[in-house]
Amino acid sequence: MSHHIVELKNLEFAYADGTPALRGVSFRIVHGESVGLVGANGAGKSTLLLHLNGCLFPVGGTVQVGDYPLTRKNVDDVRRRVGMVFQDPDDQLFMPRVFDDVAFGPLNLGLPRDEVESRVHGALRQVGADHLAERPPYKISGGEKRAAAIATVLSMSPDILVMDEPSSGLDPLSRRQLIELLRRFRHTKIIATHDLDLVLDVCERTIVLNGGRVAADGPTAEIFRDEALLMANHLEKPLRMQPLAGC
Amino acid sequence: MSGAGQALGSLNGLDGLGRADAPALRVDPRAMIVTTFLFIAVVSSFDKYDLLGLLPLVLYPVSLMALGRVSFRRIARRLLVASPFAVMIGIFNPVFDGRIIAELGPLAVSGGWISFASILVKFLLTVSAALLLVEICGFDAVCFGLGKMGVPRVLVSQLLFLKRYIHVAADEAARMVRAHALRSFRRRGMSFRVFGSLCGQLLLRSLDRAQRIYNAMISRGFSGRIHLLRERSVRGGDILFASLWIGFFLLVRLYNIPLWIGTLVLGSLA
Ligand SMILES: Nc1ncnc2c1ncn2[C@@H]1O[C@H](COP(=O)(O)OP(=O)(O)O)[C@@H](O)[C@H]1O
Ligand SMILES: [Mg+2]
Repeated sequence: MSHHIVELKNLEFAYADGTPALRGVSFRIVHGESVGLVGANGAGKSTLLLHLNGCLFPVGGTVQVGDYPLTRKNVDDVRRRVGMVFQDPDDQLFMPRVFDDVAFGPLNLGLPRDEVESRVHGALRQVGADHLAERPPYKISGGEKRAAAIATVLSMSPDILVMDEPSSGLDPLSRRQLIELLRRFRHTKIIATHDLDLVLDVCERTIVLNGGRVAADGPTAEIFRDEALLMANHLEKPLRMQPLAGC
Repeated sequence: MSGAGQALGSLNGLDGLGRADAPALRVDPRAMIVTTFLFIAVVSSFDKYDLLGLLPLVLYPVSLMALGRVSFRRIARRLLVASPFAVMIGIFNPVFDGRIIAELGPLAVSGGWISFASILVKFLLTVSAALLLVEICGFDAVCFGLGKMGVPRVLVSQLLFLKRYIHVAADEAARMVRAHALRSFRRRGMSFRVFGSLCGQLLLRSLDRAQRIYNAMISRGFSGRIHLLRERSVRGGDILFASLWIGFFLLVRLYNIPLWIGTLVLGSLA
């Protein structure tokens, strides 16, 4: 199924103030893969994710989602297939009610009303948030916001889920529930995070970014065993892989 | 959310009962908007000495409160906040306008007092009608209603976003003020320079957030227009609601009903 491929070739990007954020990133992710994107603060994770659905366009290199390189012409198509969950759910939930937020994408796709309605309820049920439909987004808890934010992209039936630090700001139980939820999704997943335990649970593959370049790319278990690599990238072995003190 | 954000939330209380699943009074926001605007126009058009003629219009806010199950205290609290302005506007009328125009038994009432009272009554009527509009339909529904009545989309979106993010911005401001307070120790208050840079910071953060929200919107296919799924259509009942009330307003405007009832009663006594 070549049409779920995400392929970056020599991706380069600099912000308007001249900050070079990405300096030649290449990788290829195939259908159904679940990939963790890790690296220090400022390594370029968020910047990279913004390229995957055309919120940013590269200064050099190409982004390919599906069969064609991403251009300004086919960007709408790509946005339909790539569901982007942003770091701060407050940015993603901008409508008066959670229901309207989840319906926002499908309505923009021009789907018929009953289809929209059933997608909204389906998406909310998937994340266990049916009961939030009528609530205003600023009156729900952090974990509920995260769930609702995920529902807003699920309702568009994306092939690829992209998430920026999904577990930040969650209490341990909400985080555990999020991990369970992510494990259930069959989508191709790309998750940028500092939460290496989450990566260990959800992603079989890990890409390490450092200063806008790929520092390592391979099976999660292998990468997390390489302590020197982790140290060099401001990362720490997941708690679960650390030997217990006294053993 | 911090204390400041929450305080703001309950203070502006922009979420009316319209958000509830079973509002006591189901009227299309458009019908309510038209009725409210006409009510305000009619109230404003009364002569400043015509206190008596205004009185029947009290029926409108009072019956809305009853039908919509809006507690009197909710409305009264906000009226109280705004009332000093109305008092300031009218307070000098009794001083400058001493002409006696009415006599209540032994009490001679000057035109100034009458016009002062009519300013207050007009204020109470118009502001409570506007508050009830938001209270009964809900702020969002009023915004969307305005949009469907031809108010520019940009303006409507602005109002909606203002309401959605005022908490978030207030929260950010509160955090910054707290961070400043924690590090300024004995010095109380804030110097003008610090205040200026704080405002600048807040503006930059808001711009950043605006960019991120915009990203989230285009990521879900936004192309300039916000759609809603459950859009109400105007029903017969809505039209009836608006036309009955508007008919009543015009009747009250054209005929001085209290005077008419008064002469009727006096006539039958004679
Ligand atoms: N809007 C922006 N304008 C200028 N520079 C930015 C902007 N956003 C991020 N950067 C810079 O780009 C680099 C990568 O940032 P980012 O992608 O946010 O990293 P990460 O998400 O891995 O923490 C950093 O050096 C950061 O300072
Ligand atoms: Mg980031």
